[in-house]
This record gives sequence, structure tokens and C-alpha cells, in this order.
Amino acid sequence: MRAIVNQKSLPPRLPELRNLGTVLRILVAVNALALLAVLAREQHLAAVPSAWVETAALLEPHLLLNVLLLYMLAPWLERLPYRLGVMCILALTAIVTFSLSVAFSKLGLDPFAADPLRHAAFALLAAGALLFYFHLRAKALSPAISEARLQALQARIRPHFLFNSINAVLSLMRREPRRAETALEDLADLFRVLMRDNRQLAPLADEVELCRQYLDLEKLRLGERLVVEWHTENMPRDALVPPLVLQPLLENAVYHGIEPSSAPGVIAINIFLRRGEVHAILRNPYQFDGNHHAGNKMAMDNIRERLALHFDAEASLESKLNRENYEVHIRMPYRPAVEAQQEHV
Amino acid sequence: MSDAPLKLLIVDDEAPARRRLRELLDDCSSALPLVVIGEAASGREALGLLGSTPADLVLSDIHMPDMDGIELARHLLKLSVPPVLIFTTAYHEHAIDAFEVHAVDYLVKPVRVQRLLTALQKVPRLKPLSGAKLDKLPAAARRFLSVTERSRVVLVPIEEVIYLKAELKYITIRTAEREYLLEESLTKLEEEFGQRFVRVHRNCLVAREAIRGFERHVSAEGDAHWEVLLRGVAEALPVSRRQQFIVREIGREDAS
Repeated sequence: MRAIVNQKSLPPRLPELRNLGTVLRILVAVNALALLAVLAREQHLAAVPSAWVETAALLEPHLLLNVLLLYMLAPWLERLPYRLGVMCILALTAIVTFSLSVAFSKLGLDPFAADPLRHAAFALLAAGALLFYFHLRAKALSPAISEARLQALQARIRPHFLFNSINAVLSLMRREPRRAETALEDLADLFRVLMRDNRQLAPLADEVELCRQYLDLEKLRLGERLVVEWHTENMPRDALVPPLVLQPLLENAVYHGIEPSSAPGVIAINIFLRRGEVHAILRNPYQFDGNHHAGNKMAMDNIRERLALHFDAEASLESKLNRENYEVHIRMPYRPAVEAQQEHV
Repeated sequence: MSDAPLKLLIVDDEAPARRRLRELLDDCSSALPLVVIGEAASGREALGLLGSTPADLVLSDIHMPDMDGIELARHLLKLSVPPVLIFTTAYHEHAIDAFEVHAVDYLVKPVRVQRLLTALQKVPRLKPLSGAKLDKLPAAARRFLSVTERSRVVLVPIEEVIYLKAELKYITIRTAEREYLLEESLTKLEEEFGQRFVRVHRNCLVAREAIRGFERHVSAEGDAHWEVLLRGVAEALPVSRRQQFIVREIGREDAS
């Protein structure tokens, strides 16, 4: 098992330069480095704050320009082999910082009248340190990504569902063999997804198809007690999402919202694209039933963790309890499938 | 019993599961005379059916809406001739461990016909689950109280109960409509339903939701005591001296 996972471990990659999490980390880290430099330079602690502000005033334009350039060049940089990408970024930061410093001193905007080479050296060091940090971070997280597959399996499908579904299929065997066939095919598809390597993102359309098959199986058991409403007219079918990002939530919805009641209940699924973000909103009736919530929390934590692994700060999962409804809202950045595949090549 | 066919009731909230069990029982019927008297989708429905048609054996799922299998087992004991009950379950729920410990019979779904037949053949030697045994099984609070009236089991939804009052051998259950007589222990009921009721007197539990307010009375001799006013019924109940602290406690909850 371990060997298989290792074989598939991914080559080092540059940080996602367009990810909000990456950008924030760069901004915070560079300003912290500046503080460190000021602390080393000033003799008196009292002088540090004002010195830091002065330094920051000079630093910020350099930093923002660099981050902006990296943001613009990100698709191109991320396609390069890792080593070449690192060189390009280092060279870029050094050159940009040097040129900007020269420009500043020509215009008389630099109060310290410092040597532009000193600024370039600082930029080079900061960029190097950050790239090293992102490399370590990716390394630290990559076992987590390979484990995400296992976690996905653990969070998934309650045995309760499996055995009840098999029982339901058995009940169809004698009278409705064709429906039994379809149900077994659905079950096979569901388990194929559950058991495959789920580390890589997959198209949203696949996830939705999986959810439909899952709900068909539940409908077989629960009959008219389960009513499903899909609103996917504005769904970006090609958006890449972590596999099994919705199905466990639907399973929760059935388990907590539909099964505890003998009256019919509606599960509503609304997926749409808005301002470059994919939103998925799931709603189910809320049944007061004090003792079931541990399993629910586990699935939510698992999905939240996987969203963070794949999208960092750009994705979120929130849940709330309305008067009679329980609602889960997932927000993810929109990454169309085609472009992402190019990145991997 | 040995000649008459075994009378069975199937209880499961999932229609396919009921149908499957019926097919398997058909398969068994050549080896053992039996008749399925009906199917129910919940414990509540099952009790309704059993009121008119008695059964020897109830095959019941555990996890069901409205009334689960374990609660059904409790109410079955109120029947004049309680049937034998065998649980069916799709998965080793936490209840199963307790079933093993206390030798409670159960079948795992999907059920194999051979296992089912063995269980059916055992039925004449089995006794209904005793109340003592049921007390040991992990169970949520019941959703209904049950009383026997003219050999039928009447269910009183717990949310309709305004108060429970112990009088001699019985407990009076008061709802907005009427009173029922229950043969259980007030202390046990208090434990089972916990926060739903509050003890206002040594012999009386009142539903928190039914409390409208408190009123202070001073008798001719100058003794003062509190009475609790209730929603849905006109009568007021005395709060004992020992339980007087609840007047302040509940009054504060209302204020906040």
C-alpha cells in the first residue's frame, strides 16, 4: 500500500501564485522579514515601530509589484519545470526590485538613498526563503493529500446504507430483475469512485452524476419519503472539485433529514457559478434527534480539510440551521478542467 | 400452538425490506406452517394492527421513524398476550452489542432463508422480552407512553403530556383532553425523560413547556405556598416546600 502511494507521489511544484492563501502568506512573511531587519538595525527598541513604518513605505511598492507580476505570470511560470520556475522567480524578483529601486532613487523618492543592490539582495533572500518555505509546506501536506484518499473513504458511505441497499436490491430480484440490474450497476459505480485514487480533482459533472446514482439507490429504499430537487441549470460542468465533496453531505442529509421521518421530505441541491466561484448549496429538512450528530461532524470536518488541502483559503464550507431546514454551503474557486490539464503536462 | 400456523407481523420502514422478508417467509412456509397477518412501517402502526389481529411473532427493524423497534418492544408488553419479538437490522448498530450480552434475538439483513427458518422454529420456546431485559438495552427516551384500555394498547405522545401525578398504585397522565392511568414508576419516568419534565412535588412531574406561571397562595392560617399554572388545563398544582426553588429557576428562564 505504502509503495503504491509513494510511486504516485507528485513531483515538486511551484506554489499556486494566484491563490489567495499564497498571496497572503507572501505579504505577511515579507513584512515580518522587514521587521526582523529593522530590529537588527535599530539600537533602541522605541525606534523600531517608526523605523518599521518607514521601511514598509519603501518596501510595499516593491512587494506589491512583485506579487502582481507573479500573479500575472503565474500560468506561464507554473507550467515550467520546478527548478527552472524557481530560477525565473528569483531572477524576476531581483531584477524587478533592482530596477524599481534605481527608478525610486533617480526620482528622489528613497529617503535612505540606499544602494539598489542591497534591496535586490533582500528581495532575493526573501524570495528564496519563501520558495523554500512553500516547498517544505507542500512536502508536509503531500502525505496529507495521499491520505485524503483514505480519509475520503472513511468519511463516506455508512455500512448501514450498503447493507440496506443490498437488501433492497434482493427484494427486486424476483419481481423486477431489470430494476435490480440498474440498482447493482449504480452500486458498482458508487464503489468504483469510492475505491479509486481520489487525490486529484475531478470534474463537477462527474460528482453530480455520482450523487444522482447515490440518490437513486436511496430512493429505491425510501420510496416517496425521499424527494430530490436539482437546480443545476447554471452549474459549470467542467469545474474541477475534490472527488466526493458532495456525496457524503447528501448521505448526511438522507440520514439526518429523511430517514427519521415517515413523512416525505425534500433534499434540494443548488449548484451555480457566480463571480468566478462555484457554489453548492444543499438543503434538507431538520429533524430534532439529539444523538446523531457525531457522524455528521466527521463528514463535514473531512470535506473541510480536503477543501483546504486543494484550495487553501479560497474555498469554504459553512452550515447553518434555519427554522426547519439544515443548509450546507460550499464555495470553491472555479477551475475549468481543460486549463488545469495543461498545467499538469 | 404446534398445529396452528405461526402468525407473523413484519415491521420495517423500508418497503423493499418488508417485501424481501415476505418472500423469504414464503420460502419457509413449506417447512413450517405460517401466516403473515400484516406489515407495518413503524412501531406505532404495528401496535395498531396488533390491537385487532394478534400475532405470535413480530419481526421488527430497529431503526425506524415515529417509533423504533426497541420502543415497540416496550409497548408490546402492555398487550394481554405479548408476542415474541425478533429484531432485524442491516448493520451492527450499537444496540447489537447489548443484544448479544442479554441474549436478545435478532437477524441481520440481508437475512438468509436458513437463518430465518431456524429462528422461526425456535419461536414456540421463546418468551417475550421482559421489561427488566429491555431496561438494560441502550435506548432513547420513548416517544409515547402506553396504557392498556379494554385490552387495547393506547399510545399517548409524550409531547401531549401536561403532567404525571403518582396516586397510590398508579400514575395519572394528564393531557389537554383527558386522563390515563399508567402503571410505572415516577422516578424511572423522571430519569427517562430528563429535561422534559420538572418535579414540582414528591408525587408530581410537570412538563416544562406546559408551565404558564406560578401563583402564591396564603391560607387562612397564614401559611404561604406556590401553585403552578398550566397551559391547556384549568387546574393548578401545588409546589412543595422542598421544590420551591424551581419557581425562581423557571421564572428566570422565562425572563431571559
